[in-house]
Amino acid sequence: MQAAISPVRRDYDVIIVGAGVVGAMVARFLSRFDLDILWIEKEADICTGTTSANSAVIHGGYDAVPGSLKAELNVRGNAMWDRLAQELHFSFDRCGTYVVAVGAEERHALEEQAARGRANGVPVEIISGDEMRRREPLVTPETSGALTCSTGGVCDPWGATIAAAENAVMNGVTLLRSTQFEDFLWAQVECSSKRTIAGVRTNQGDFGARWVINAAGVYADTLMHKAGSRPEFKITPRRGEYYVIDRNQFQMDSVLFPVPTKVSKGILVTTTVHGNTIVGPNAEEIEDRDDTAVTTAGMQEIWDGARKLVPSLNQRAIIAVFAGLRPGSNAPSPNPAVAYNKDFVVEIAPEVQGLINLAGIESPGLTAAPAIAERVIELLREAGELLSEKASWDPVRPARPVFRHLSRAEQADLVAREPGYGRVICRCEMVTEGEIVAEIHAPIPADTYDAIKRRTWLGTGRCQGAFDMPRVIEILARELDRDPLTVSKKGSSSEFLTRKTKNAG
Amino acid sequence: MKRDYDVIVIGSGPGGLAAAGAAKKAGADNVLLLERDRELGGILLQCIHNGFGLETFGEDLPGPSYAQRFINEAVGLGVDTLLDTMVLDVEPDHSGNGMRSVFVTSARDGYNELHTRALVLAMGCRERTRAQIRIPGTRPAGVYTAGTAQRWVNVEGYMPGKQVVILGLGDIGMIMARRLTFEGARVERVLEVMPYLTGLSRNYVQCLLDFDIPLQLRHTVKRIIGRERVEAVEAVAVDERWQPIPGTEEIIPCDTLLLSVGLIPENELSQKAGVRLDPVTGGPVVDQGYQTSVPGVFAAGNVVHVYDLVDWVTEAGYLAGASAAHYALGRATSCDTAIPTVAGDNIRYVVPHTVDPAALTEGDVRLQMRVTRPLEQAVRIEVLDGETLVARQGARYARPGEMVNITLRQRDYDKVRGARELRVSVTPR
Amino acid sequence: MTTVTENLICITCPMGCTLQVTHEGSTVLNVEGNNCARGAAYVQRELTDPRRMVATTVRVSGGLHPLVPVYTREPFPKPKIAELLEAIRTVEIDAPVKMEQVILSNALGTGIDVVASRDMPRNAA
Repeated sequence: MQAAISPVRRDYDVIIVGAGVVGAMVARFLSRFDLDILWIEKEADICTGTTSANSAVIHGGYDAVPGSLKAELNVRGNAMWDRLAQELHFSFDRCGTYVVAVGAEERHALEEQAARGRANGVPVEIISGDEMRRREPLVTPETSGALTCSTGGVCDPWGATIAAAENAVMNGVTLLRSTQFEDFLWAQVECSSKRTIAGVRTNQGDFGARWVINAAGVYADTLMHKAGSRPEFKITPRRGEYYVIDRNQFQMDSVLFPVPTKVSKGILVTTTVHGNTIVGPNAEEIEDRDDTAVTTAGMQEIWDGARKLVPSLNQRAIIAVFAGLRPGSNAPSPNPAVAYNKDFVVEIAPEVQGLINLAGIESPGLTAAPAIAERVIELLREAGELLSEKASWDPVRPARPVFRHLSRAEQADLVAREPGYGRVICRCEMVTEGEIVAEIHAPIPADTYDAIKRRTWLGTGRCQGAFDMPRVIEILARELDRDPLTVSKKGSSSEFLTRKTKNAG
Repeated sequence: MKRDYDVIVIGSGPGGLAAAGAAKKAGADNVLLLERDRELGGILLQCIHNGFGLETFGEDLPGPSYAQRFINEAVGLGVDTLLDTMVLDVEPDHSGNGMRSVFVTSARDGYNELHTRALVLAMGCRERTRAQIRIPGTRPAGVYTAGTAQRWVNVEGYMPGKQVVILGLGDIGMIMARRLTFEGARVERVLEVMPYLTGLSRNYVQCLLDFDIPLQLRHTVKRIIGRERVEAVEAVAVDERWQPIPGTEEIIPCDTLLLSVGLIPENELSQKAGVRLDPVTGGPVVDQGYQTSVPGVFAAGNVVHVYDLVDWVTEAGYLAGASAAHYALGRATSCDTAIPTVAGDNIRYVVPHTVDPAALTEGDVRLQMRVTRPLEQAVRIEVLDGETLVARQGARYARPGEMVNITLRQRDYDKVRGARELRVSVTPR
Repeated sequence: MTTVTENLICITCPMGCTLQVTHEGSTVLNVEGNNCARGAAYVQRELTDPRRMVATTVRVSGGLHPLVPVYTREPFPKPKIAELLEAIRTVEIDAPVKMEQVILSNALGTGIDVVASRDMPRNAA
């Protein structure tokens, strides 16, 4: 289906900065209204920051500090995922989650979590070690019990973000990728106690807007400081490493958390909507906001943590390693009754006119994202914005065929109608040329290898792209009418090939 | 579209090509060769260097020429072929009529269910990945397995980089070192974690020494550096337990890291067919006719275990194809008395895994194996049944990088028939 | 002319014996470490007239692929390999190509032909 892509103008009502899951949900929910919205992302594709590398868990919300903004938005957001998955067509499984106590000494921590859960209004229950072992035979025999939460689950964070983004674009939002925020533009307004935002300056030019929504992830503090907002707020990048375990060699259906530490929810062993198991993350505070390298120490740490929960995990089943950065917050909770200083920042910046900050959105950020979007709508209304609904708004983003999810009869039917779906390009994950071509020509075109990977799961299997890479480059070049030498992994400077074999080196 | 066959062969590399031709020659009328690529030949199409066919033809051929001979023969014999076709699934059992279903898809023919009496698995292997050896660092463009780079350079016509470091001294890595140099790239270093050559010494001379490409044994890549594209690797020396030795790190600027760190038999379809796999090889358990644990399903080539000389792949393919044809024509005898082969001293694995004494005919049985530790001295390869010596052969050395084999001949068959096990070992002479 | 002792690996068979060779220029004075007589012969050739089989690719126009693999019919003089590769680099042939088709006859005057390793059909498109 063809989407109505809005032409790029210079003046908008709202500019959203950052195309992770938060920016995508905000764009999608705001697209409901009669607003001209520009959405900018500095990388070549959406969904490349924190959203691209996390546990993919939709948290029940028992772990968040009661009364904090994290707790409120976690629980509110959690309830929204079924409907979102139906409307936007991405994978979500409300399978329930477990916090597993190992050894008698960890048992009390379950009680603490349960108390928090009840305070947050989350359905939790403590089960015995025997019951935990019955439900998940692969869990450590040392388990002394577990906290279960029936509202927790897992999703496809790439799929959710891309689907929300497409829905936003289909509903009129203008998305510009490779467009980096540089500074605010200020209105020349006399007799005002505070400065008024008039727009943003980017590496692709200036754009005007009355509202700028800061969803810039690990860079959210840098951005807000350019407006003089919250000078004491600082993001500390927290790097987390993960292993992906091959579903062919290891099948587990549960989401297992350890008892949490002061620093993080801990190292999970969790199933994914894809069927693989992922293990991680650790939490290493680093300086560099772009450093997603995997490290020997980090890999060892997640492995040790994982084996504590599931001793039968075997290194031979590991097929992928990745790392992501979470934006650690230092913001005190907006609720003065709560003694917590790592809370979300979701507010209209008081220092200037026209800035909404969505900052420090680490865990439970994915879960909370749709609730954050709703909160943005509330904030805009509170600020006097008349948000009138667009009659033409369509909440549904239609599904595209996923070959491997179809029955044999459906596969035969699809291939008969569209032969491109008959050519398998990624054998390990059974991704067909038809799917790749559909993503290249989608409302948000996939024009790099990683973009196709995030949309189709191609290259994430056992061979990690060794078979499909040459074929994908060929397809991209053909569909985009470009020289294969210009095809890249994740944008310019990451091209795969350097020259034709017989041209002089 | 023809759907019913006597023998279907999956994969048209040397194993599959040999099997298809042999099945025809053994009397199977309807033989189909399935290939996912656009042309027949499998991995041989990108192995443009010489070294193929010394045993089979007495000639030193490049890979594509070796393949072309078998392609010409198969086509000449009337083997059907389906190109650009992927096998999606294989039924684990026959559905009562003696025919097993094979589900295939292609852009040209759509989605189809084929039926066959006998199936030959010849899917070859895939390469070990960066993730499997867990190289730390960033994940930029420019990290490729040697086979993918080989395909680009030799078939698609593109260079993967200008300044290359190669990890792994196996044959593919060495061959690519020379290939890239021939085409104007700079190979800065070859790193190998073992203290010895894991490939043929001929390749070491002709691919590294000839071009003064520095080799560092007992070294590995400690981490990859570069955000969008590889900018450097950090090399480091390792001890006997493969642990990095602090203080030996060296940053080597480069834009490409090629990985030549091992091949893994590709057996997802074998698992779908219900075939039992050997955890050591990763490939199917087979008998001397290359039948797997599932009657009617055969396997040959790198899908069974990783070979070094294509001539032995061809030999296995011949046997598998002939066995498949006999099975399809109802001439197979079932076996109750299979004798297991056992990996003894210094042996990682032995293929075939069982020998059926009733099926021993005029031909020889070649037991193939790889040793665990290299022995650079005269060795004795022995097959023992308890205390009884069944067969013995000498060799001038035994290396993990070169497949070792011992042939059981007719004169050994009395002892083979009476054996409870055939334990193979390789020891210094 | 100085006398030099160096190691050479013989590649006549897969054994790969390391030979200690003492020579003065291309005159072989002593060979040790060879398991058979072919080692000495290898050293002799290697020092006077080293040769290698050369395999590479050549550009094709109108074919299924843009390159066809080629090889030298016999081992080629090592000192001339770089020049041979450059000569091949500038050649472009038209599809269809047949296996064993001569791409470069009597390459660089050595009497050795460079031939195609496989058929390369015309591109159907």
